[in-house]
Amino acid sequence: MSDYSNVTVGILALQGDFERHAHQLEILGAKVVEVRVAEQLETIDGLIIPGGESTTMDILIDRFRLRTPLQTFGNTKPLWGTCAGMILLAKKIEDNQAGITPLGLLDIDVVRNGYGRQVHSFETPLPAKLGGTDVTLNATFIRAPRITRVGKNVKSLAYYEDSPVLVTERTIMASSFHTELDDDTTLMAYFLDKTLAARAQS
Amino acid sequence: MNFDDKQYKVKVGLAEMLKGGVIMDVTNAEQAKIAEDSGAVAVMALERVPSDIRAEGGVARMADPDVIEAIKRAVTIPVMAKCRIGHFAEARVLESLEVDFIDESEVLTPADYKHHVDKWSFKVPFVCGCRNLGEALRRISEGAAMIRTKGEAGTGDVSHAVRHLREINAAMKSLTVCPSDEMYTLAKEYQVPIELIRMIAKTGKLPVPNFAAGGIATPADAALCMLLGAEAVFVGSGIFKSDNPAKRAKAIVTATTHYQDAAKVAEVSRSLGDAMKGIQADDIPEEELLQTR
Repeated sequence: MSDYSNVTVGILALQGDFERHAHQLEILGAKVVEVRVAEQLETIDGLIIPGGESTTMDILIDRFRLRTPLQTFGNTKPLWGTCAGMILLAKKIEDNQAGITPLGLLDIDVVRNGYGRQVHSFETPLPAKLGGTDVTLNATFIRAPRITRVGKNVKSLAYYEDSPVLVTERTIMASSFHTELDDDTTLMAYFLDKTLAARAQS
Repeated sequence: MNFDDKQYKVKVGLAEMLKGGVIMDVTNAEQAKIAEDSGAVAVMALERVPSDIRAEGGVARMADPDVIEAIKRAVTIPVMAKCRIGHFAEARVLESLEVDFIDESEVLTPADYKHHVDKWSFKVPFVCGCRNLGEALRRISEGAAMIRTKGEAGTGDVSHAVRHLREINAAMKSLTVCPSDEMYTLAKEYQVPIELIRMIAKTGKLPVPNFAAGGIATPADAALCMLLGAEAVFVGSGIFKSDNPAKRAKAIVTATTHYQDAAKVAEVSRSLGDAMKGIQADDIPEEELLQTR
């Protein structure tokens, strides 16, 4: 395992399960910043938009003037959106009842609650290909978004029922599901590796 | 009691997603939309807000399925609904309506004064109120995926929520230094399995998210609960019984995210109009308290 002690990762902490992500980063030895104001983006190497409620986060991103800073950040540095975070990173949201304005950093379309409401939430072992290695993630889908279109430069790293659920483009990554609810840090380590690599190149 | 159960993890998972947010009581689709637009993370559908239940008296029951359906259609955030304590038939109805969370709530008139719902047997997660650690652990042992303080609902007086938060925190802290022989006595006193006591002794926190509720009426009330260790807040009558619900709802959401930033809490506290008038919780006769249910 790499040494992550010099990596600082921010977690957008407007609302959501940011503490669960922070817990995994601490297990891996990375530094964590809970991001609530734009200035904090300047101090971090990578950012996670956590699980939570995308409608709420979208409203708070505008209320706290984070939209342009987040877009600027995502154009140059690694960003991982989990569940609600994936919705916010998308290009387009189908059936966008809440009128969310996605950040448009990742060339995918999504449909919210694409796997159903809470009574249909589930946990499943999920095969994925991370950096050429086959792994099995413990994936939890909670009122999860479903990807309905991926752009030609988007790579799909895992599928569930034939739809992609883990995708990446440039240094942006998004997952329909949660891995932070368990102590399995495989996917978090993969994101930290991406963050280290991006920093080495810049 | 199996905390590694997949279904249970998915239930607690949704509670995790609501952290740092505000869950608002609403009685119709229009209020639900105001709540969502203000930045609420979820709404609680009910027939009357607690202060009206308190004022009007009578038996308070689960909301009309039509009202719940209308609220579900109006918003994209999770929709919760309340059932009476022990009323597992109401709970099954709510589950069949696919609400996202059920609050087995003391705000409604209890259906069973002896038993709570066996929450393990449901697919939908439950939140339950509590005043102290024993009560919290009993509800968790019955399968609750989220705990909230009871406070004293419908008063606009935050003091009882504060008392309950402090009591739970103090009891958990003392458990972390509790000798192992005393844990057996505590398990009997709390009427919960010893494993649960050992779990808290080890971690110093509840195995499920711990939210605040009961009497929260201002942005500073919300910030106070967060500073005392609550992981999110429920606001009942505090919003739609105030002068300017939309503005107050928005202010409470901002204060909950930025609870550590007093200047931001100050900024959103300006010119909100009157808060709900409320009643001092300590003036309520013992037999009229909701929290003792």
